[in-house]
Amino acid sequence: MAKAAAQKPTTAKGKPPAKIPNTPQATKDELLEYYRQMVLIRRFEERAGQLYGMGLIGGFCHLYIGQEAVAVGVQASVKQGHDKIITGYRDHGHMLAAGMDPNEVMAELTGRIGGSSKGKGGSMHMFDVPTGFYGGHGIVGAQVALGTGLAFAGKYRGDDSVSFVYFGDGAANQGQVYESFNMAQLWKLPAIYIIENNQYAMGTSIERSSSTTDLSQRGASFGIPGEQIDGMDVLAVRDAVKRAVERARSGEGPYILEVKTYRYRGHSMSDPAKYRAKEEVDEVKKTRDPIEHVKKLLADAKATEDEIKAIDAEIKAIVAEAVQFAQESPEPDPSELYTDVYVEA
Amino acid sequence: MTDILMPALSPTMEEGTLSKWHIKAGDTVSAGDVIAEIETDKATMEVEAVDEGEVLEILVAEGSEGVKVNTPIARLSGDDAAPAPKKADADKDEPKAEQADSPEKEAATTEGEGAAPVTPKVALKDPEIPSDARLVKTTIRDALRDAMAEEMRRDDRVFLIGEEVAQYQGAYKVSRELLQEFGDKRVVDTPITEHGFAGLGVGAAMAGLKPIVEFMTWNFGMQAIDHIINSAAKTLYMSGGQIRAPIVFRGPNGAASRVGAQHSQDYSAWYAQVPGLKVIAPYDAADAKGLLKAAIRDPNPVVFLEHEMMYGLEFDVPEVEDWVLPIGKAKVRREGTDVTITAHSRMVGFALAAAEKLAEEGIEAEVIDLRTLRPLDHETIVESVKKTNRLVSAEEGWGPMGVGAEVVARVIEHAFDYLDAPPLRVHQEDVPLPYAANLEALSLPGVDKIIKAVKAVTA
Repeated sequence: MAKAAAQKPTTAKGKPPAKIPNTPQATKDELLEYYRQMVLIRRFEERAGQLYGMGLIGGFCHLYIGQEAVAVGVQASVKQGHDKIITGYRDHGHMLAAGMDPNEVMAELTGRIGGSSKGKGGSMHMFDVPTGFYGGHGIVGAQVALGTGLAFAGKYRGDDSVSFVYFGDGAANQGQVYESFNMAQLWKLPAIYIIENNQYAMGTSIERSSSTTDLSQRGASFGIPGEQIDGMDVLAVRDAVKRAVERARSGEGPYILEVKTYRYRGHSMSDPAKYRAKEEVDEVKKTRDPIEHVKKLLADAKATEDEIKAIDAEIKAIVAEAVQFAQESPEPDPSELYTDVYVEA
Repeated sequence: MTDILMPALSPTMEEGTLSKWHIKAGDTVSAGDVIAEIETDKATMEVEAVDEGEVLEILVAEGSEGVKVNTPIARLSGDDAAPAPKKADADKDEPKAEQADSPEKEAATTEGEGAAPVTPKVALKDPEIPSDARLVKTTIRDALRDAMAEEMRRDDRVFLIGEEVAQYQGAYKVSRELLQEFGDKRVVDTPITEHGFAGLGVGAAMAGLKPIVEFMTWNFGMQAIDHIINSAAKTLYMSGGQIRAPIVFRGPNGAASRVGAQHSQDYSAWYAQVPGLKVIAPYDAADAKGLLKAAIRDPNPVVFLEHEMMYGLEFDVPEVEDWVLPIGKAKVRREGTDVTITAHSRMVGFALAAAEKLAEEGIEAEVIDLRTLRPLDHETIVESVKKTNRLVSAEEGWGPMGVGAEVVARVIEHAFDYLDAPPLRVHQEDVPLPYAANLEALSLPGVDKIIKAVKAVTA
């Protein structure tokens, strides 16, 4: 780990880093599972976009399409129910990867009682203690301090749990991120900071917002090692996270993974994305799509067309059911207006 | 068959121009393919296919303007595995009307204190003090320390975190000897990083610990207000009751002496406005101890406002096993018949002193110590005003939108017909607190201003 940390960043801006020398390996079954989770996220998000277009989902809706390999690659190292996961507002992918029920996630998007927050949270505010998912936070960067607190609780209890803290290249410029880094390293907290660098903070490219664009080195002045990962390659993400987690579980403290990824859609549904060329998006879709990448790996692993089609059909059914559930579940009863403001002592 | 509908591209879009089709009848599309471009008054955006299949028919021609959201614009073949979602408005009609006159809502409105769950239905009462209990002169500083120490002994999830709380023994010595007893795992010195450690505390609370976060002063707590409100106060609601944040934020509040505007402010009204928080501002040592213990045990986030000028003052604290007071209960500190004075924190002392002077002139004031600002015990205030028919509120903070404004509003709502004079508010002058000794004295409310207000309402 120390070695990886010492490595000088090999990337110029915007380009994916060079592959880690020892090519990551995965079994066919593992690849099929990654494919399954990634396709679930993509089909779910496409459908969420459609429901938004129909007015069934309100407010803000930030889709995860293009970034699927990150959440799925990270999840491979999560001990479900033991470790903790926290993220910002682009959270649907993380929730599905964490194992939350797609019905509950979609019903929360439509603001129904069957939603994971009974319809009171919405797209950016969902939680699920059994899967260790602690939100879903709408204030950019807040989840970093909160996630550091989840790690603090793990260390306080001495239970070897790890806190996976997702944030974006935009949040990486918030002050509390560095307050958190400092405490995390000072107290050797088991926090893995996963910076999903999709290159745009809303409409502002990283070059226009960040004096240094190698975000993996943002912990350097605190002594937190970091590395850049190709976020379009699920195995690269998985293996880097695995190393960071082993390190954190053994008490060596926090680690930063800058995961280079790309969002295909706008920042939110109402973003026309004028700040980047259409060709740029098309190029990524054509050459770096994370799901196509897994498909290639599956072909190499001799997965059959039927195996892939079976997963596609399964996901289609799951998402269709979620859509149906999210429409059939009723709106919260008016009596829910005043529940959950306080815990009754 | 699946219809592709005209999508809304923003929360407010009602119609748009279908500026371009990228597909034609006979084409095959898969999910994610760009099929059309749509123009609104704000932007042009691409529409992607969500379903796969063959394009059977284009229903709305390229260039059509004013296409209403949810109009079918093209038709796809498909296996119908994914049922086309119903239109939003189809099932949105009925619940609206129902909501307007739902009994719950009505009840909440007439309650005044909207947060029904915190309006205690059982009568809250302070515990009886046994007649043989010794009363021990204790400073507020030590009462707070004792409360924390007792709760830390009782529950190993409780820990104290903040600047200078451990080795330095507290900037105001409130955490004296806690490090020695509980060690540095549970008494945690932080860097100067309020936003960060407040957020860390809330995260730890979400994970089931019970942090006490000390701000060296509440003025510095402003750096952390996002976590107090957005992360701590709102998360239970936003999670549909799943995620709790049992945390106490505490520290000195209010005007200190000659430290200037940035170190002298009363945050009572700021936090007391926020649903999801409980807000406590005790006056004496017994309340400081009993209410801090209650705050630490409370499963909700609590803002605990101590007074910077009062740490060294001594009061009697009953020597009883486990002294815990109810949150949400005001205390009548002095009974009277002619006027009700409400106050909290340091102003209670001024109100009591004013009452003694007024008594010399034959005016008997009833002094109510609010103790808890959220939930506010307006029943006690209203009962008192029904008896005295006059009201003066006293607070150290600014007047506009303040605690006094709320007290007066509640009294007007619930006891308007009992009032014999317009209520008056005593508060800090509407300026940042000045440094110069004479100006500082002019700015802050005290005994004289309370007496003047009482005379005005009883005249």
